[in-house]
Amino acid sequence: MKVNIIIFTDRSLFYMNYIASIGSYFIMIKEVFRKPTKWSIMKTLILKEIDELVFGSLGIIIFISFFIGGVVTIQTALNLTNPLIPESLIGFAARQSVILEFAPTFTSIIMAGKVGSYITSSIGTMRVTEQIDALEVMGVNSLNYLVFPKIIALLLYPFAIAIAMYVGIFGGWVAGVFGGFTTSASFIEGIQLDFIPYHVAYAFIKSIIFAFVIATIPSFHGYYMKGGALEVGKASTTAFVWTSVAIIILNYILTQLLLG
Amino acid sequence: MIEVDNLHKSFGESHILKGVTTNFEKGKTNLIIGQSGSGKTVFLKCLLGLFTPDEGYICYNGNIYNDLSPDQKRNLRQEMGMVFQGSALFDSLTVEGNVMFPLEMFTKQSKSEMQDRVNAVLKRVNLIDAHHKYPSEISGGMQKRVAIARAIVMNPKYLFCDEPNSGLDPKTAILIDNLIQEITQEYDITTVINTHDMNSVMEIGQKILFLKNGHKEWEGTNKEIFKTDNEAVTDFVYSSELFKKVRQMYIEERN
Repeated sequence: MKVNIIIFTDRSLFYMNYIASIGSYFIMIKEVFRKPTKWSIMKTLILKEIDELVFGSLGIIIFISFFIGGVVTIQTALNLTNPLIPESLIGFAARQSVILEFAPTFTSIIMAGKVGSYITSSIGTMRVTEQIDALEVMGVNSLNYLVFPKIIALLLYPFAIAIAMYVGIFGGWVAGVFGGFTTSASFIEGIQLDFIPYHVAYAFIKSIIFAFVIATIPSFHGYYMKGGALEVGKASTTAFVWTSVAIIILNYILTQLLLG
Repeated sequence: MIEVDNLHKSFGESHILKGVTTNFEKGKTNLIIGQSGSGKTVFLKCLLGLFTPDEGYICYNGNIYNDLSPDQKRNLRQEMGMVFQGSALFDSLTVEGNVMFPLEMFTKQSKSEMQDRVNAVLKRVNLIDAHHKYPSEISGGMQKRVAIARAIVMNPKYLFCDEPNSGLDPKTAILIDNLIQEITQEYDITTVINTHDMNSVMEIGQKILFLKNGHKEWEGTNKEIFKTDNEAVTDFVYSSELFKKVRQMYIEERN
């Protein structure tokens, strides 16, 4: 009788773990949408998550966007030394950078840190303190109860991105005008120049997909974590790294698909 | 009644449960005892349906758990109450919110009906003034009582407790034991308690299952456990100086 022996090296086991994790992630996503929680309870949970995840993040989003917009404007102005290039290009470059990349992608990376670590640590703590087991014993679909409200709450994320776009361009105007790099009129002319509304739609499509990633990858790391308080911290860090990696890869793929 | 037949459970290479067969009777406090690592918690989690056995079956009032449909399993789980070792109360909810949670989730009762039921069970566990406090604002003993209230609020047929006395002072531990026993008899439910507290064994052990290395080593009542010649059981029971002295006095008295 012929016997095939497969030898798994440390490296192949390492890759198999990654593949298994990706599989578990998609199984988790399926479970999140199965057997929904009673609407009267879910409604309260969604409102709570909107307050915590979206409204609670507006402060940091506004702060970052304002200064990013300012820095982009200053750097563009400093690099435009050729007198033949119109000054309105400063406003144009600030608008394009903020709308296409800085507002949706850069803000999402920040949110992966802020919101992502909150999600992983809160769900991870519930795992450690057996609160998730308590939900399961009661017959509650714990994944739907914990993750679904976060996904729905983060559907409002594009509104936060819209604010980030507005504040980013405003930050650019403040830095450009008050820094003496451009005039208000030419900056405003620049931000109106060749405006393509589809670029805003592109940014919103990206942010919806990033929002899903920000809600689900940290939830996955929190839900399936094992161990105690130390592991909750480690899971938060791992979740941030993988959420950022997923955002950057998806950003590339979406840009190719939607603008390429 | 819960019947367990030839239950096996492994995690990777480690074989935790090695063919446990027993039954837990209705209206009795059934205790699972054994040293740390003997498989008590895995056994309890199998009973709760949190772990799927590799072999063997668990039968609840004649229904084999693994043969039930997902809906039937969900309905059966609503007939179970569980008191976790660390209470497992939801941090974001008040005492009242924690106890009301199963009612809100699974019943169509009006707010006032739910409120009445919550007041009744909180009164039953002697918690009257803690309705609006959060779990972090109450003591460990009170948290255990809230966990018991949450476990019985749906009138369960089965009550499971994982080390209900851990982290409590001896006086509070006895109060919790007595409360669990009173509730078991009052509601006529099947209670299974996972413990290694010998006071609980003496006080409320109407049926005791002793596990050793994943095997059923011995079973009997709290009266029989002090008379058994099983070496593993006597090693466990008389591991403390107090119980050694009590046994010595018992032997001297008998002679």
